[in-house]
Amino acid sequence: MANERIQPQGASAPRRRERLTRRELLAGATGAMGAAAVAPVAGQQSITTTRRAGRGPNEVDQRSRFVTPQRDPSATSSRTPLQDLRGTITPADLHFERHHGGVPDIDPAQYELLIHGMVDRPTVFSLADLQQFPATSRICFLECSGNLRRGTPETLPQMVCGLTSQTEWTGVLLSTVLKEVGADPNATWFLAEGQDAAVMTRSIPMEKAFDDAMIVYAQNGDALMPGNGYPARLLLPGWEGNSSVKWLRRIELAEQPFMTREETSKYTDPLGDGNTVRQFSFVMDARSIVTDPAFPRVIEPGWHEIRGLAWSGRGRITAVDVSADGGTTWQAATLQGPVLPKAHVRFRHRWEWSGEPAEIMSRATDETGYVQPTWEALRAARGPRTRYHQNPITSWTVGDDGRVLFGAERLRS
Amino acid sequence: MTRPRPVGSESTRRADVVGWVGIVGIVGGLWLAAPAAAGQQPSPPSDHPDIFGLGRPATTGDIEALDIDVMPDGTGLPEGNGTATDGARTWARACRGCHGPEGEGGTAAPVVGRDPNSTRPTVGNYWPYATTLYDYINRAMPRNAPGSLTAPEVYGLVAWILAKNDIITTEAVMDARTLPAVVMPARDRFVRDDRRGGPEVR
Repeated sequence: MANERIQPQGASAPRRRERLTRRELLAGATGAMGAAAVAPVAGQQSITTTRRAGRGPNEVDQRSRFVTPQRDPSATSSRTPLQDLRGTITPADLHFERHHGGVPDIDPAQYELLIHGMVDRPTVFSLADLQQFPATSRICFLECSGNLRRGTPETLPQMVCGLTSQTEWTGVLLSTVLKEVGADPNATWFLAEGQDAAVMTRSIPMEKAFDDAMIVYAQNGDALMPGNGYPARLLLPGWEGNSSVKWLRRIELAEQPFMTREETSKYTDPLGDGNTVRQFSFVMDARSIVTDPAFPRVIEPGWHEIRGLAWSGRGRITAVDVSADGGTTWQAATLQGPVLPKAHVRFRHRWEWSGEPAEIMSRATDETGYVQPTWEALRAARGPRTRYHQNPITSWTVGDDGRVLFGAERLRS
Repeated sequence: MTRPRPVGSESTRRADVVGWVGIVGIVGGLWLAAPAAAGQQPSPPSDHPDIFGLGRPATTGDIEALDIDVMPDGTGLPEGNGTATDGARTWARACRGCHGPEGEGGTAAPVVGRDPNSTRPTVGNYWPYATTLYDYINRAMPRNAPGSLTAPEVYGLVAWILAKNDIITTEAVMDARTLPAVVMPARDRFVRDDRRGGPEVR
């Protein structure tokens, strides 16, 4: 079972204590101490580590052997372990992946980006060329528009919506590069094409090119990870992840959208009238999720901190409300600054659990006044067949035994 | 890699072949006419030079090697042709293993089906342009050997799928002139995103 491969920090903590205790017992039996340790002594580990030199400096550090966050891979994607992360930046090796033809192995020395179509100067750029343009960095989230699994009560945050991650991206503004090639002002769309085996293509309105689109080559200061587009990808802040085409090999400017498979047959939303299909739904609406407490934690009565992430593709998050009674009453959570536009924001809220059954949920509001909807409100607006762009309020139930389970019933209808 | 040369409308591709025209003077005028930046990162900063002089001019060969897209109006369709009968042979060899003997779906999605109320999107109920069917098959299929099909093979597969969906006859020859004329059942289903933020859930 997929869940068993994941070791959330909450669940692994007790195991860590048991393992160290066994090791210390063994050390006690064979070591100079001689006397058998019958019970753990406070501070014993800290004494042990002070009596033996640790490892020296190395080339690339690794996580502690006691910390093993893992993405959850399927045939087509790999989901970020939201329950194991505590800030807003996703470590590059835990950033979600979604691709349609596997991860290509690209030699940066042979990498080229062709820009042509409605431009004065069709041009081929090397990676070094792209890196020589004025650089800019931006922290923003990237979310797949297929980012909802409704699941069972035994569902981790990672499985509910682990297809969102956040990165400090570095690259060049696309507008800078388009100025270099002499973009025709009559161009209204551009095609972005990848060099993976899907030869992924999406049509992007030129307005986004002149707004905040980037060609990025760095992820958290380092080169992009292969699964995230190495050596260079498009980045469209706030827009569905698929449109930020990875392994970017070609941009073609035109006067119309190209109507590729991924913007017609896929990533579109059939609406409630049974006929029309909403297309080019680029912007990711505001959303939030409580990442702790969450399945599989078991909590004790007393004070807890409800923690989670909120984000909006339309700008800044302005408020996150938290409920512990299934949405009957709400309290404003604290937002951890700086609150950046189109970025994951941490929210936290102190909560005293009485031991009675509870249901924890969060609701995000963004600067446009959009409020994250319930599942029922989404279904009422779009009908029952929409599969992409789902951002419902989700919940965690707490039983009187302290077990925390995903509120799958809320997403049933 | 030898890709067929694109045919069809030249007008939208003219910019590809005008080459490396003079740069001074044009750039500034074009840039001022561009839409104003609306985001948090105004673009590009006004202290940038008109041009950085990076990259190399793309040759016609550079563009032809990569420019495989086929637009809704058929721009980019190559020479060659095929019928459903031709396509049946290719389907049996390259497609049926995943999409099923009759296109009904298997480990991969179904491609045949006309019911607009079906929850299973197909070419018959959820694909707006016949031309882009060529584009997708040519660029990404079959999954185990993408880009391996010849232009006549792709035309044949497009014809086979269209005929299976009762959109064309099994005798109809699909090529750069006939394919853009095929009207797909789902042509008018697609509407632009109307979400705009604000309090309304859409």
